[in-house]
Amino acid sequence: MAKIEIKNLDLWYGDFQALKNINLALEEKRIIAVIGPSGCGKSTLLRVFNRMNDLVEGIKIKGQFVIDGENILDQRTNLVTLRKKVGMVFQRPNPFPLSIYDNLVFGLKVHGIKRDLDPFVEKSLKAVFLWDELKDRLNRSAFSLTLEQRQRLCIARLIAVKPDILLMDEPCSALDPQSTTGIEDLMRELKKNFTIIIVTHNMQQAARVSDETGFMLLGELVEFNKTEVIFTKPQDSRTEGYITGRYG
Amino acid sequence: MRKIKEFIIEKLIFFCGLASIFFVILIFLFLLKEGLSLLTIVGPFEFLAGKSWYPISEPPQLGILPLILGSLFVTIGAAIISVPIGIACAVYIAEIAPAKIKEVLKAGIELLAAIPSVVLGFIGMMTLVPWVKNLFDIPTGLTAFSGSIMLAFMAMPTIVSIAEDALYSVPKSYKEGALALGATHWQTIYRVILPAASSGIVAAVMLGIGRVIGETMAVMMITGNAAAIPKSILQPVRTLTATIAAEMGETVVGSEHYFALFAIGIVLFVISFAINVTSDFFLHKDQRV
Repeated sequence: MAKIEIKNLDLWYGDFQALKNINLALEEKRIIAVIGPSGCGKSTLLRVFNRMNDLVEGIKIKGQFVIDGENILDQRTNLVTLRKKVGMVFQRPNPFPLSIYDNLVFGLKVHGIKRDLDPFVEKSLKAVFLWDELKDRLNRSAFSLTLEQRQRLCIARLIAVKPDILLMDEPCSALDPQSTTGIEDLMRELKKNFTIIIVTHNMQQAARVSDETGFMLLGELVEFNKTEVIFTKPQDSRTEGYITGRYG
Repeated sequence: MRKIKEFIIEKLIFFCGLASIFFVILIFLFLLKEGLSLLTIVGPFEFLAGKSWYPISEPPQLGILPLILGSLFVTIGAAIISVPIGIACAVYIAEIAPAKIKEVLKAGIELLAAIPSVVLGFIGMMTLVPWVKNLFDIPTGLTAFSGSIMLAFMAMPTIVSIAEDALYSVPKSYKEGALALGATHWQTIYRVILPAASSGIVAAVMLGIGRVIGETMAVMMITGNAAAIPKSILQPVRTLTATIAAEMGETVVGSEHYFALFAIGIVLFVISFAINVTSDFFLHKDQRV
């Protein structure tokens, strides 16, 4: 059975339909990229995975969204457990205005783990390859870090609470090319343990890191396939038009 | 022609800007000139720490310790009441209340700020003072405690509106980050939003306290105005401000009493200046992050 199964998903912001009949099945431990021009609904789709859309007023969602056999759109879904399991990395690195250490243990404390936090800190920093750089200055403010380090810290902060799925909303759009390469290498490394869904409007990035790619346009999932197929032999003329740069 | 117009307008605005500073300096100099004359009569220590205020006895005793303590009691009492309620109210408005209730509450807070202090004092005199008298079974309800409650109402709008601004300006990304980690709404508020807004909240509290210390009319009406060193919050006190307001009309210009009142003015000026500088420091600290 697929890790994530989306069936007939529709989503409205008030009267505006942002997602139209999305159907998708995703396997675990790979990187799935969602590409498409601005406003196509890719970020909206990503924010259904952890129900971050709930913050938006006037939102209406229909359909099924099953993660590990549970429909997360169910009213009874425990958002705290869901978000522990499905972590999110944002477009701009958003460490809290706290020390590096406090950023890392934030999730643990929130989930009731209050003692023996040091091993978690070390492990999650090692997972994002920041341990050697930062181990001697864990008490410094997270704002003393470079943008790339901040983004890595935000990923480490998620890893500390042991999620399964990592959502990444344009995680490199605030970074320079070198840092972007760094984060992409990290993603390939993290793929061994996590299912990663990345939204990007950088097509090359999708081509570089992902195993499978979905192309979205005006709220529809136009095409979903293995990344090399999407970028070499797209089935839909709209996909072809986008990846060859005719629009978008 | 256009250039000349531009030049004149520019200079006009410049002089208006200068004028406000100029007036502050003039006021301060006048205060200093009149107040410092007192030093030829009583020493600064004797003045600040003197335990009795009998300005019209012969020779006059001009110690303002009872007045300082009066202001302190009322201010601390008001702060204890208004700070927690004010911050909680700001958190509710900024983070929890639905849009409609938020509008109503904000309008309500502004309305509270718009009530003239004499009206609040009057209402306090008619309702609060008898209530305090009966509740604690004391000879008079005109106490520091009553003044504290009334002043808490006056500090609240300042605290709420500035703290709410501070909470509101916490970047949304912090909130999203915390929620996305599985924090509950309340955990997000007290672990991320409150610490991130802390310097703005401190500034809000300082400005609220500044308002309380400078307030005159309401305290004069309900604190009883006894210039004795208070032993408890349930005794009448007289504040620095009320002393000036009550006695300035009956003093002879150029007398010791007259100079002493100006010296009290200097003390008040120094206190509110210190409070404003502190709150300014915290407000700007906020911007540096």
